[in-house]
Amino acid sequence: MTGVLAAAGGEVALAFVEIGAVALALAMLSRLAGRMGITAIPLYLLAGLAVGEGGVATLDVSEDFISLAAQIGVLLLLFTLGLEYTGEELQTGLRTGAVPGIVDAVANFAPGLGLGLLLGWETTAAVLLGGVTWISSSGVVSKVLTDLKRLGNRETPSILNLLVIEDLAMAIYLPVVAALIAGQDAAATVLTVMGAVVAVVVILVLAIRFGDRLSAMLAGGSDESLLLTVFGLTLLVGGLAEQVQVSSAIGAFLVGLALTGQVRDRAEELIGPLRDLFAATFFLFFSFQIEPSTVAEALVPAVGLTVVTVFTKVLSGHISAGRSGIGPAGRMRAGTALIARGEFSIVIASLGVSLADGDDLGGLAAAYVLLTAIVGPLAAKYADSLPRPPSRRRVLTSGG
Amino acid sequence: MADITEIQLPGVGVRYEFTTADGDNVGVVCHHGGRREIVVYTSDDPDRAHSVLSLGSDDSRTLSEMLGASQVSEAMHAMEQRIEGLALDWLEVTAESSLTGRTLADGDLRSRTGASIVAVIRGETTEPAPGPDFVLLAGDVAVAVGSPESLEQLRVAVRS
Repeated sequence: MTGVLAAAGGEVALAFVEIGAVALALAMLSRLAGRMGITAIPLYLLAGLAVGEGGVATLDVSEDFISLAAQIGVLLLLFTLGLEYTGEELQTGLRTGAVPGIVDAVANFAPGLGLGLLLGWETTAAVLLGGVTWISSSGVVSKVLTDLKRLGNRETPSILNLLVIEDLAMAIYLPVVAALIAGQDAAATVLTVMGAVVAVVVILVLAIRFGDRLSAMLAGGSDESLLLTVFGLTLLVGGLAEQVQVSSAIGAFLVGLALTGQVRDRAEELIGPLRDLFAATFFLFFSFQIEPSTVAEALVPAVGLTVVTVFTKVLSGHISAGRSGIGPAGRMRAGTALIARGEFSIVIASLGVSLADGDDLGGLAAAYVLLTAIVGPLAAKYADSLPRPPSRRRVLTSGG
Repeated sequence: MADITEIQLPGVGVRYEFTTADGDNVGVVCHHGGRREIVVYTSDDPDRAHSVLSLGSDDSRTLSEMLGASQVSEAMHAMEQRIEGLALDWLEVTAESSLTGRTLADGDLRSRTGASIVAVIRGETTEPAPGPDFVLLAGDVAVAVGSPESLEQLRVAVRS
């Protein structure tokens, strides 16, 4: 052991210095983001661009190490997302959110898919771009709602239910794109997708039904053993899910879903810091791989896409809140709160790196997430002073 | 008790809502971690939550203790403390009462009812053993001692 370390001593020292310096830079960015009242994701992406290939200062840390850490980051992001929800909440979400969820999917998937095809990309890359524009960032949205003290607002349940639907829809979408990327023929793709969907539904039902029992089994023991158990389970189930083409991210999401009660609260506390560390690595590594020039080139289409999808998200929010009987002001708040895209969009774009149009997709997704993650929280903050589309209610009062 | 509506907030917790007797809409957001937020909805935008009070789980316990405790002391207040045929009672002198603005001697309460006023509570201060020239004001609370029957007569006299 010591021999190996000694032999690689110089390399290890350099790696420590580089990783340490990057972590310190990220810490400063995270603090800056906190002060600006935005999520740190766009700043991490910018940092990745700066230290990546063609950036201002290229790092040459072992790519294998960073790439594995980044993948773990995705699993932990999805795991903690699964932790957020209980089975009961998923059922409520599905009941009340199905129709707005479909409207949301169509209205926000179409612009990304359309632009991808318009740019002459292969279909798979265009489908991934559709996913990038579809899914709002649960992380940014809940942070915005908390910071603006809107959790008690009456439009908030309709926002959160829409997020639940989007996150659940990912459980179907990710295996589908995984099959598309694998590039099998049509019949094999259909078979893989069906297998994946069945696997997801089975695990979902098991997670909801036997989650309590699993949590009870994990409840004893120290924090250390719980941390290792939860971390191990997440990676193990994620890896197995990847083996059967379901996507490791969804496996991790379902593990999070299965944990309930006190174990859930403890796991959140224990995994939270680990998640922050690995997720920051993921965002950094994502843009680390992107040539800054690709992002610059993607800026014009990204701005166009942002403008269109800001409208389509506001529309989905309007419809979702409108169905719950929310007034015009509340509907505008619901719509603007949903604008921000973030972690999920980057996870989706990162699936396409192996594609021929993967670089362009990555550049566009990075620019797009940068824009929406900054525009979204600002629009949400000033939602009450934005012009509102005329509502039927107002026409009625002015007429009578 | 008013009806309490329960609304699921996926990923956050649960929100409870009710309308007070005065017509205010009040909500409580219960976070998964145990934090609570108290919110009030206004009439200009009924969907918007205002004046948010955020409470840690310890704070919630303290607050509910205080709300519960005041009910207990109210119940104590209403209860007459009987000691071997002697009773103690608190009687509020209202603005409508015929005793308001008059001295204890004017009221001639002891000979009329048999009960004695042993103290008068006025706001934050207490006047122990008020003399015959002590003037009663609206809002005063008279602490009286006597037999249960005499206290009942005093209560009628104070109210009329």
